[in-house]
Amino acid sequence: MTESVKVWSLHLGVLALVFAAQYVLPPYHATNLARIMVLAVFAMGYNIAFGYTGLLSLGHALFFAAGFYGMGLPIGLLDWAPVPALILGLIAGGVLAGLVGVLALRTAGVSFMIVTLMFAQAGYLTLLYLNTWTGGDEGFVVDRAARVIAGNDLSLDGTRFVAAFGLFAAAMVGCLWLVRSPFGRVMVAMRENEERSRMLGYDPFRIKLIALVLSGIYAGAAGAAYGLLFGYVGASFATIQYSILPMLYVLLGGAGTVLGPFLGAVLMFYLVDITSGYTDAYLFVVGAALVGLVLFAPRGILGNLRERFAPWLP
Amino acid sequence: MTRQLIGTAPSRRAVLKGAGAGLLAAGFVAPVWAQAAPIKLGFQLHRTGIGAAYGRWYERTAQAALKVVNETGGIAGRPVEIIFEDDGTDPKRGAEVVEKLVSQHNCDLIFGPLFSHVVIGSAPRAGELKVPYLVCSEGFHVAGGMLNRWSMQPGITDVRAQVSSMAPWVLANLGKKVTMVFPDYAFGHDHRDFFTAAVEAGGGQVIAKIAVPPTETSFTRYLPQIPSDTEVLYHVMVGPAVLTFVKELGEFYGTGARPQIFGFIDSLEAVDIAAPGLEFLEGSHFWEGHCRAKQADASDHETVYRAAVGVDDNGASVSDAKDVSTYAHMFSVWETLFIIKAGMEAAGYQSVADRQKFVEAVEAMTDMPESLAHVQGNKVFNGKTHQVFGHQFISKVEGGKLMKVHTTRIEDGMYDDAVDYTSQSF
Repeated sequence: MTESVKVWSLHLGVLALVFAAQYVLPPYHATNLARIMVLAVFAMGYNIAFGYTGLLSLGHALFFAAGFYGMGLPIGLLDWAPVPALILGLIAGGVLAGLVGVLALRTAGVSFMIVTLMFAQAGYLTLLYLNTWTGGDEGFVVDRAARVIAGNDLSLDGTRFVAAFGLFAAAMVGCLWLVRSPFGRVMVAMRENEERSRMLGYDPFRIKLIALVLSGIYAGAAGAAYGLLFGYVGASFATIQYSILPMLYVLLGGAGTVLGPFLGAVLMFYLVDITSGYTDAYLFVVGAALVGLVLFAPRGILGNLRERFAPWLP
Repeated sequence: MTRQLIGTAPSRRAVLKGAGAGLLAAGFVAPVWAQAAPIKLGFQLHRTGIGAAYGRWYERTAQAALKVVNETGGIAGRPVEIIFEDDGTDPKRGAEVVEKLVSQHNCDLIFGPLFSHVVIGSAPRAGELKVPYLVCSEGFHVAGGMLNRWSMQPGITDVRAQVSSMAPWVLANLGKKVTMVFPDYAFGHDHRDFFTAAVEAGGGQVIAKIAVPPTETSFTRYLPQIPSDTEVLYHVMVGPAVLTFVKELGEFYGTGARPQIFGFIDSLEAVDIAAPGLEFLEGSHFWEGHCRAKQADASDHETVYRAAVGVDDNGASVSDAKDVSTYAHMFSVWETLFIIKAGMEAAGYQSVADRQKFVEAVEAMTDMPESLAHVQGNKVFNGKTHQVFGHQFISKVEGGKLMKVHTTRIEDGMYDDAVDYTSQSF
């Protein structure tokens, strides 16, 4: 079996299993899976910037929120149809990532983290400041009537699952194609040795900016989809917590692996869901798990797996 | 030789009789047992996150109310259970918790959340699952029409009613020129908009509106913005910032003349009003949803309630005087549980198939007389807007205690309907 066949078989197999899960899982877990798939798209976007290109951002909540509000505000204020609103959300994520990137990519490492964090905080406070339109910290409900696409009511569990899966599948296939493409290799080159890449004739600023914009498009698409599928838009999704979440998903699942963000999102979701049933200090458990991960499996679950058993894993 | 023990070996007839009696008994017992299956209520609890101080007391209040309900026959003769799930005071987790309580724990309905963003983030999911969602949130989002047919607020009044009903007293007793200091986000903006409207309607004037960004930790640069001709300083600061705010306000005015100060107790819920640094509040006034310190005219119901939730006469835990309650708000949990009981019994609630009947039964409620079920006072429920209206209390800080000086009338807080949920489909 060629490497390409193995790679595509694995990823398409995972997609098939995820799709089939809706028929097997109890309703609670099926809806959870729909949420997880959308959050995994957010994390896949983060992975493009961090896992593959080495851009450690603390500002991705801004791009998620751009999609969230880019979708929600036109529907709430201008009565837009959901499809153009979704597209606007996706574009908003990419455009904002491009704008932030143009400025933040003048820095690197810790400075890049701080600059992206500052932009995200500024974005969050702007949402609060523009309370009249954004609903501020309280947010607003996306009208159920506006959550219908071509007769498909996204507030129904089955339709929502299929919509979330569609986004997830497209994002995963897109990511797989990207990281296996020549451009994806150059992204990895930036992560591994920027100076050597420059010597080879690549423009690190341009490559990183494109990667960040792609990452922003993923985050924006996830934000727009989350708001539309679950019917709420609010500023708490623009807080720093939502910059850290995709990072945790990626670190746990395996940075620089296509399936890692999804695996991380599943595990983190259920780690919180299950431990919160036993202790108030569930975030402590999450923290302890991450410390353990960093100490004993710093490449994440799939990263370690790739290192030991499956070097072909993209 | 064998001995037959006459009378000990059961005859065939006796065995058949016994088996028949057993089956008959099982037939009778089974429905009785099934009827006695507990009603499961889900509680969306702010156990962690920024609402944790409230959550701690909301859980205690719910447990106390549950004990009373179960001791007095449960709901329609069935025992009641409450399943608590922590939402982290986060809207994302809140919606997930709604899902968990309904789909995994099979709760009959959900109640209890306070923070507006959690309520607004969770209500859509409750509507999709067609599960009654009874919130204790104070927000205008229920009566404002933002939510859905399944979301109701029968246990506590909303901010709009609270500020509208108190404005006339403030204007008549404290002054007509008001400066407002409020946090620059939705909660503060509700106060700004509704209180300003009420002041202007009452012939007063809001001469300055000072919005403080939520990230602010010091207020010294905002205090000089208070006009010198201010007669009433209205503040609704929340969280730990209020301690700094009051301390810096004291330093700003020193021993000189100061305006009258009127605040919302939200600022000081779970905080000892006699704590060091709060001396400047002596003589100032507060809104209270329910008087923290036991008043001389406290009703018998109020006394029973206070004992049941484990709160002493000063508003702190009977087991720890430093553990100050969220007394002005937590009655809403108690009252909501009794409304659930009344609603389910009126609807003849048997199972989740009767959820719609339950909502309709609550919508049909109007007068809620003061009783053990309504310990804060009598109320009027508006089934169209899903919002209850009740009395508000204005208290003055005297000797480090909040002493009631005024009780508003229910009609003082009423306003025109902004929505008719009963016209919406289920």
